[in-house]
Amino acid sequence: MAKVLMKGCEAIGEAAIRAGCRNFFGYPITPQTEVPEYLAKRFPEVDGSYVQAESEVAAINMLYGGAGVGKRVLTTSSSPGISLMAEGVSYIAACHLPIVFVNIVRAGPGLGGILPAQSDYLQATKGHGHGDYKLLVLAPASVQEAVDLIYEAFDLADHYLTPVMVMGDGMIGQMMEPVDLPDMRDLSDLVEKPWAATGACGRGPNIINSLYLKEDMCNANSWKLKEKADEIERKEQRSEAYACPGDVLDVLVVAYGTMARICKTAADEVKKKDKKKVGVFRPISLWPYPYEALAAEAKKAKKILVVEMSTGQMVEDVKLAVLGKKPIEFYGLTGGMVPSPDNVAHKLRSMIK
Amino acid sequence: MQTEVIMSGFGGQGLMMIGKLLASAALEEGKNVTWLPSYGPEMRGGTANCTVVIGDKPVGSPLITSPWAAIVMNQPSLEKFAPMLRKDGILVVNSTMIPINSDRTDIRCFRIRADDLASEMGNRRSANLVMLGAYIGLEEIVSHKTLITAIEHAFAEKKKFIDVNRKTFTKGYELAKAGKSDD
Repeated sequence: MAKVLMKGCEAIGEAAIRAGCRNFFGYPITPQTEVPEYLAKRFPEVDGSYVQAESEVAAINMLYGGAGVGKRVLTTSSSPGISLMAEGVSYIAACHLPIVFVNIVRAGPGLGGILPAQSDYLQATKGHGHGDYKLLVLAPASVQEAVDLIYEAFDLADHYLTPVMVMGDGMIGQMMEPVDLPDMRDLSDLVEKPWAATGACGRGPNIINSLYLKEDMCNANSWKLKEKADEIERKEQRSEAYACPGDVLDVLVVAYGTMARICKTAADEVKKKDKKKVGVFRPISLWPYPYEALAAEAKKAKKILVVEMSTGQMVEDVKLAVLGKKPIEFYGLTGGMVPSPDNVAHKLRSMIK
Repeated sequence: MQTEVIMSGFGGQGLMMIGKLLASAALEEGKNVTWLPSYGPEMRGGTANCTVVIGDKPVGSPLITSPWAAIVMNQPSLEKFAPMLRKDGILVVNSTMIPINSDRTDIRCFRIRADDLASEMGNRRSANLVMLGAYIGLEEIVSHKTLITAIEHAFAEKKKFIDVNRKTFTKGYELAKAGKSDD
């Protein structure tokens, strides 16, 4: 199929449909309202159902129900809305239910601002809701990658029976880029869910519940979640190294999402004009974090620069990957201010002189 | 080779629209392209702008702080973006709405009475197409023909606007191509 020009939010909605999702529950918030807007219009054409809930709290509990009966379900929101959903996501994780949810991050904390930010990194990767569980978190850097990751996220959620978050900043949601849309999934082809609460006809009841009054059972469920997290950590680390040829690098820049693209432009500029060797490492899975791949790239570098649209959150994981072996510097702007290629190039030059 | 164009004006002047037309034409010609709108506070009651980046290679930053070209339809936009243009860059100015000039002497500035011309041709709301036409006339980063096809596509469901948009676009294109500022 020929490429089409689509806005990130609309492409995310279309990718979810093509992945077999027919149920969306959500509540509007800038900068992701075009996802529900798109699905409200598009779902009737594919026999899907779109519900605008009365709040994010209600929406995530509708996902809990939808996932419980075995449907592919989606919600999308932005930072403050994602905070409201945290309780529900914790219940969903505790019950080993598959959902896909999208955070098109805006500036925080509080009501913050509507412009792009990356200040929800720690929330997404270190514990969104309460209890021992992890979210699988994927961070696209282009509209095409957003489409590909959403499409795959439904399979990952069903395979691991876990909530999967796709996290992009406001630019991913608002930008238009050419995309190749994947094929429409045949709904009869989707993985069977014998555990779903679909009515106990000819079988015993399937009970989906996260309340364990006996401590040994709660303990066992937490260790079951941990085992699953360990498996995801072994199998699902994703990253991309850009223009880091096998020799010594003056600086390795670490950035994710749109920020990584901005850093690539800055790196190209410094390579060309200053004749310095600058590589860019881009984590795609934010959890599980690609520690080993980053450690391998970091070995080649004299210094490391972490760039984020926050005051410094992912930098903690970079430190864990590098384990004090290389000096790490941080550059960030937040609140809706986006570091420009010039800002990053300036910082790079100050590090390599 | 990479070209960055910022289109800016009041909300409702159709800047997002001409950005999308340029972006779809670039896609049609097999180029890499990004279109990034302003959606922040400025859109809510001030200027609206979008940035289109067109390149042979995949586009890095979709966010541009020193653009190659700017199409400005109101005075606040000229004041904001003219100083940001790269040396030798292009500034297309809607002279119906903007009495002042940029004081830069190191850029190419083309003034055109976009609103007046569009009104004379039957629809003032097509002033944005005059502006886009003028820019393509100065620098044919996509061909006139591809852009006309993009217009026909974009207005497929509002067919009555195709003709006037085609004409206003071509008017701006021809005046700029001939170097006639018609100011």
